[in-house]
Amino acid sequence: MLETSPLETFLRGVAILLVILFFMFPIFWIVLMSFQTNETILRIPPSFIFEPTFDNYRALITGKLETNAASLDIAFMRNMGNSVLLSVGAVLLALILGVPAAYSFARHKTRFSEDIAFTLLSFRFAPPLLVLLPLTIYFQKLGLSDTYFGLIWVYQLICLPLILWIVRGYFEDISEDVEYAYRIGGHSWFETFRKIAVPLAGPGIAAAGLLAFIFAWNNFIFALVLASADKQPVTVGALAFVTASGIQYGQIAAAIVLSITPTLLLAVYAQKYLVEGLSLGAVKG
Amino acid sequence: MSTSQLQLHRVDKIYGVASTGVHAVKDLSMQVNAGEIVALLGSSGCGKTSTLRMIAGFEEVSSGSIEINGTPIHQLPPVRRNVAMAFEGYSLYPPLTVRDNIAFALKSAKLAKSEIASRVAHVAQLLEIENILDRYPVSISGGQQQRASLGRALIRDADLHLLDEPMGQLEPQLRAVLRARIKHFIKERGLTAILVTHDQTEANALGDRIAVMEAGLLQQYDTAAHLKNSPANLFTGTFIGEPPMNVFAASVELHDNSVHLLLAEAVTLVYASSEFDPRVLERIAGVKKLMLGIRPYAVRRAASGVVATVVANQWLGDQTHISTSFAGSNLVIVEHDRVRLNKGDEISVAIAADDLHLFDSETWVALSHGRNVA
Repeated sequence: MLETSPLETFLRGVAILLVILFFMFPIFWIVLMSFQTNETILRIPPSFIFEPTFDNYRALITGKLETNAASLDIAFMRNMGNSVLLSVGAVLLALILGVPAAYSFARHKTRFSEDIAFTLLSFRFAPPLLVLLPLTIYFQKLGLSDTYFGLIWVYQLICLPLILWIVRGYFEDISEDVEYAYRIGGHSWFETFRKIAVPLAGPGIAAAGLLAFIFAWNNFIFALVLASADKQPVTVGALAFVTASGIQYGQIAAAIVLSITPTLLLAVYAQKYLVEGLSLGAVKG
Repeated sequence: MSTSQLQLHRVDKIYGVASTGVHAVKDLSMQVNAGEIVALLGSSGCGKTSTLRMIAGFEEVSSGSIEINGTPIHQLPPVRRNVAMAFEGYSLYPPLTVRDNIAFALKSAKLAKSEIASRVAHVAQLLEIENILDRYPVSISGGQQQRASLGRALIRDADLHLLDEPMGQLEPQLRAVLRARIKHFIKERGLTAILVTHDQTEANALGDRIAVMEAGLLQQYDTAAHLKNSPANLFTGTFIGEPPMNVFAASVELHDNSVHLLLAEAVTLVYASSEFDPRVLERIAGVKKLMLGIRPYAVRRAASGVVATVVANQWLGDQTHISTSFAGSNLVIVEHDRVRLNKGDEISVAIAADDLHLFDSETWVALSHGRNVA
């Protein structure tokens, strides 16, 4: 390790502080906003000094939004429940389908397997709006629009390619001979998959699942178009705070704080895995 | 203990499309008898590991058949072949301790706990890994992992034990000790084993017979002594033996009572016709050009003979390697005493008819070994 001068250490500290401020300030500001009323939020100049209020959170949790003009019902907690249901359901389905598929792509190379795998990944490149119109029509015909199952299915466009590509990389890193050694020791390939490959790729599967969960949780456009109010997740539900009588900044901020809490906690908890997953396993170590 | 017989019949292995793929194993037929240890010997890429993996069931056979005890197994999944294998890359299960790794197959075969424990203890003692049985693969050295992997294969009651470079990572002393112990262990139990190696010493020490492979073809399948004394072709001749056989291009002249071998730079080796079996003379009469092979330890320095010029002289501690310029090529002589010779010294060398190996220069097939026809 090279010696660093005190000045260099100091400058590094400053640089890191600036980066942290830059990225963390919006979150910090939103947390502050969530404890303020619209009046204190909108005053000019803005100030850090205010009398904190829990009204915004109370409104979200009780489902009653009091505005200057009227009292509105809001379905935030229901949206939150929808978010959990849709994201967890989508990730589970994507894991059930994606992990065996990833194993197959990693182990059984055929002439077209690269092409198929790339096609699946290319779903991530296409803008969702491109597929939304045809999807809406299909979903209406199939009776899938405004159903949880339909949404979970569409969420596979987000989750499945992620899981497939990340987990495939992890499977490829497991020595085939370890699996052969197990098979030759008296086990079928399915047992080998279940008892050797999946446990050894466990960290990768966890990383892929977490990432897929975050992407699914943050999705906005699919649910906006394909679901009605009672099936929508928090990302869409937050639109309800843009009311005829004005924008409820305080409640929006509180809704954001509540809705990012699960993903933020997950991200902090599994930071190492997420970085590995995001780089498709490139920084393993 | 179970013993079995393995039969490979015209086995081919092509990786990729038949027309453009890599032809790793070509028309391989061989038989391994029950209780026999066979070494597959060859350089990297010669097809030996592909052969082993086809027997284990990790690679499909492109054509041909593999039988154990007369039952075709080449279409069965690995689990149904009853074959044990030690892998070159060890391939231990990372989540299990060395002990559990070794006992794995016995546990899935539902053997009694006491039996498993005593067998693991025995194998661990054999391989000198008793002290690491409760450690995990990541925390032990490559050599220890290799021994654990070997133990995992040897502990099983399989029809066939496949050992892929099983001692490559071990220190020379330990390797020498283990070779003897493993051979004794296999023989004592009457196991049938195939060993893949590129190390001649290991093949000689462990193998009852050695199958020499090159470029996907089985070159020769014989005992170590036969491979050395009667190589079937020039490849085996030069591949087996250290330092390798000296080889010279030669043409033949048969006179009334003598045979003249004409080498480059007007060097001629003259032998009495009576020194050869008449069938050898018959055979070489029809061949204008041939390749002449002489083992380095068969070349003698003599008071009179053909002249060779010393190029290098190395004392290796137990033998001397004298490299000389002879007939436009290099002739290596091995002697067991320390020899004082300097670069540029001229010596006379004698090569007895008994030590000549003659090969067809086009097909590389052996024509004669010493005075006898090949």
